[in-house]
Amino acid sequence: MTAFILRRSTQSIIVLFIMSLLVFSGVNLVGDPVEMLINPEADQAEVERVIKELGLDKPITEQYWYFLMNAFKGDLGTSFIFGEPALKLIVQRMPATIELALFSLFISLIFAIPLGIYAGLKPESKISKTIMAGSILGFSMPTFWVGIIFIMFFAVYLGWLPSTGRGEIGSFLGVKSSLFTLDGLSHIFLPALNLALFKLSSVIRLTRAGTREIIHQDYIKFARAKGVAESRVINVHLLKNILIPIVTIIGLEFGSLIAFSTVTETVFAWPGMGKLIIDSIYNLDRPVIVAYLMIIVIFFVFLNLLVDILYTLLDPRVRIQGSN
Amino acid sequence: METILEIKNLKTHFFTKAGLIKAVDDISFKIKKGEIVGLVGESGSGKSITGFSIIGLIDAPGRIVSGSINFKNEPLLNASSNRMQSLRGNRLAMIFQDPMMTLNPVLRIDTQMIETIKAHDKNISNQEAFRRCRDTLGLVGISSPEERMKAYPHQFSGGMRQRVCIAIAMLNKPDLIIADEPTTALDVTIQGQVIYEMQELCKKTGTALLWITHDLAVVAGIASKICVMYAGRIVEQGSVDDIINKPMHPYTIGLIKSVPSQNKKGEPLHQIEGMVPSMLELPIGCAFHDRCTKTIEKCKIEKPIETNQSDSRVIRCFNFKDIRK
Amino acid sequence: MLNTDSNSKIINVFMYKFWSDFSESKVAVISLLILIAIVLIAIFAPLISPSDPYDLSKVSIMDSRLPPMAKNFAGDIFILGTDGAGRDMLSAIFYGLRVSLGVGVMSAIFALIIGTIFGISAAFFGGKYETFIMRIVDIQLSFPSILMALIILAAFGKGIEKTIIALVLVQWAYYARTARAAALVERSKEYAEAAQCLALGNKKIMFNHILPNCMPSLIVVGTLQTAHAISLEATLSFLGLGLPITEPSLGLLIGNGFQYMHTGDFWISIFPGVALLITIVSINLVGDQLRDMYNPRLKK
Repeated sequence: MTAFILRRSTQSIIVLFIMSLLVFSGVNLVGDPVEMLINPEADQAEVERVIKELGLDKPITEQYWYFLMNAFKGDLGTSFIFGEPALKLIVQRMPATIELALFSLFISLIFAIPLGIYAGLKPESKISKTIMAGSILGFSMPTFWVGIIFIMFFAVYLGWLPSTGRGEIGSFLGVKSSLFTLDGLSHIFLPALNLALFKLSSVIRLTRAGTREIIHQDYIKFARAKGVAESRVINVHLLKNILIPIVTIIGLEFGSLIAFSTVTETVFAWPGMGKLIIDSIYNLDRPVIVAYLMIIVIFFVFLNLLVDILYTLLDPRVRIQGSN
Repeated sequence: METILEIKNLKTHFFTKAGLIKAVDDISFKIKKGEIVGLVGESGSGKSITGFSIIGLIDAPGRIVSGSINFKNEPLLNASSNRMQSLRGNRLAMIFQDPMMTLNPVLRIDTQMIETIKAHDKNISNQEAFRRCRDTLGLVGISSPEERMKAYPHQFSGGMRQRVCIAIAMLNKPDLIIADEPTTALDVTIQGQVIYEMQELCKKTGTALLWITHDLAVVAGIASKICVMYAGRIVEQGSVDDIINKPMHPYTIGLIKSVPSQNKKGEPLHQIEGMVPSMLELPIGCAFHDRCTKTIEKCKIEKPIETNQSDSRVIRCFNFKDIRK
Repeated sequence: MLNTDSNSKIINVFMYKFWSDFSESKVAVISLLILIAIVLIAIFAPLISPSDPYDLSKVSIMDSRLPPMAKNFAGDIFILGTDGAGRDMLSAIFYGLRVSLGVGVMSAIFALIIGTIFGISAAFFGGKYETFIMRIVDIQLSFPSILMALIILAAFGKGIEKTIIALVLVQWAYYARTARAAALVERSKEYAEAAQCLALGNKKIMFNHILPNCMPSLIVVGTLQTAHAISLEATLSFLGLGLPITEPSLGLLIGNGFQYMHTGDFWISIFPGVALLITIVSINLVGDQLRDMYNPRLKK
């Protein structure tokens, strides 16, 4: 097990290294890094100071070294717009995004898994067909448009829920989140539902596919032949097996929730790092873009690592092989 | 002796998109207490479906269309699903063909065994259930059962897994075990051991055994009665002695001739001409007629009915008397 | 030898089989009909639109934000209302469909070609080349498409060809993975080995023998990915990063309406969104049916 984690961690570091190389060459290939990373409004003295600081006057291999060292120190440049370190800006907005993504993940799972299992157990029933038709619809609806519809209906027409912003932030056990206040919850509900809808469909489809495959396995039939109650067959024998692919996907889905939060955050003016990156792209605030990219890459590599480890914990076949 | 299972005119049909499949079509046989009955047939002849019909686990689009199954004088086809569930794994157990697929890969052996006891006895303590499982595991020839209880299925070999399945089937000392090709997926050396062990266990506990197989040689060694199935029907049944030494149905005769040990060295193996018909397009008349060496005109138009030769001997053929001559 | 007559017979039989399988699902048939209608609208938009929404001489700011079915002073009826610049929404949607479908289909075709070439060649040559290609594919697929596209557009700037490039770069990996998987199956089959024994050239084996057998799965992926491409382009354009204002796709129209949302002028974003939704749903439903038809696991 430890050997496995160690091996996967090494792989992750290699991927990170490659990605840093890609981002670096991206910055250098697409345009002039001096132009890319230095505020166009800066005066000559300022430009020269930054060139020195970033090592842009050095040969390309050395520049990469500087880039890497600066990245290690957490220095990913200074925002043109805010005049603050790019990393600090992103880290400040990260909790809002993670809170939104986690809450929508929660919403999508509590609905999707039961619905998916039902649709998989009774594929021919009317309800299952409705579930599947709904999931195609959910899958097809562009996130941003659903967000607009939500705002129009729930915020403008009915006036039930606020349409923008994050709301009041509460604190519970030292964790700060808008999930702990009523005002915060009312603010997060629409964007989270919006973000969840897309994932809801894919988790339903995945659960259904898993259910349909596993329900025909001999071990399910054998469990029934043992006289085990149907509820136990579903909740233990079936669920434990479909959880393996679902957990794998959830990890990746969480990543894509973070990615799609760029859209949802823009629609609902949610002050997270997704909105920040879109604004930065508008404003050509390149240090923030590069920093966001690096953070996202680290985040995804870490997420994949976590998923792999979770996967081994869930599947005894992999777990025990890994320990040998 | 007391009859434990009586099947009469059972028909299990599958209503598939491609058409109607009469997987089991009008079969009748009896199993007495403690008796070992062999159900022999090629793959697709409906022998496994017969087994699943008995324990009431026919999946859609299959359905038992007519007939009756009486288990200890209780009609099973009218039984509620709760009643069936309380019989399954308790009085009526089943062992499947492929031990690699039968145990749930993500649950430990102890979980999978204990739940079988707890499903039928809610009041039993965990320790008591664990003890019983451990002892049964030891009984089927698994060494250091206490340790092995904590293992996952993939840590066992195929033969060991099948022993675990047998132990699970034996846990509640059932009256009947349906063994669906339990040794087919195993190595030949393991096969012999498992067959021997099962025979011994059933003798000890007085459990009846319905041994489903395609291998006549295996079943000839352990069963006291054999039913030969072809294309959803039992074409011949009788005592082992009668079937092996005095087969009457042309299909049975062909089957026995095909067993390698029946041949002399150097002679080519016997084979039954032609192919197993598709269950979707069975020939009109006797399903075997186009492969049969004794076909008469009647076989091509009419399905043969069952003829009782003696109390235990039943044959489905128009022309078997001529064969005996 | 096959003559053209028996060839066309084979095609007829194939089409018959295809249609009888496809028409098993009524939903899929209806979706296909809707899709054909949408494609026709997109192609003939200039002919059937009530007005040319981008002819500045005909658009009047006086007509801006009229609700559906409203009349202007000149007596023109705007069935779906007008947008902030006084353009007829129905016409704008017809023209928008043209752009959305065009960009979606174009990028899907390019991605299909590029992905297929890499996928089949990876399966065919194997070794380090395969490992290299598939590693890139894996890394790319573990990264959400929206982020990839955002980053590419952030680097290149917006524009129609840049959006297509971004969509192709995002999507080729899906085709590569599909093509490789299908090609690996095909390659292990006897006919490919036989062709190799006959010492047919690599190119010939890949394109004459393996490619045709990979087509069904590629078409399925292609259909679903076209829907994805259209949705992605709409998202990017809505964010203001995809197409320029001179090429108003449906996503851009929705984005334009977004600013009037709080005033209750719902039609400016709702109707283009409905058009987008119908397009994507019908493509997905057709693709779903195709997938069910060609999925060997469901065929029993």
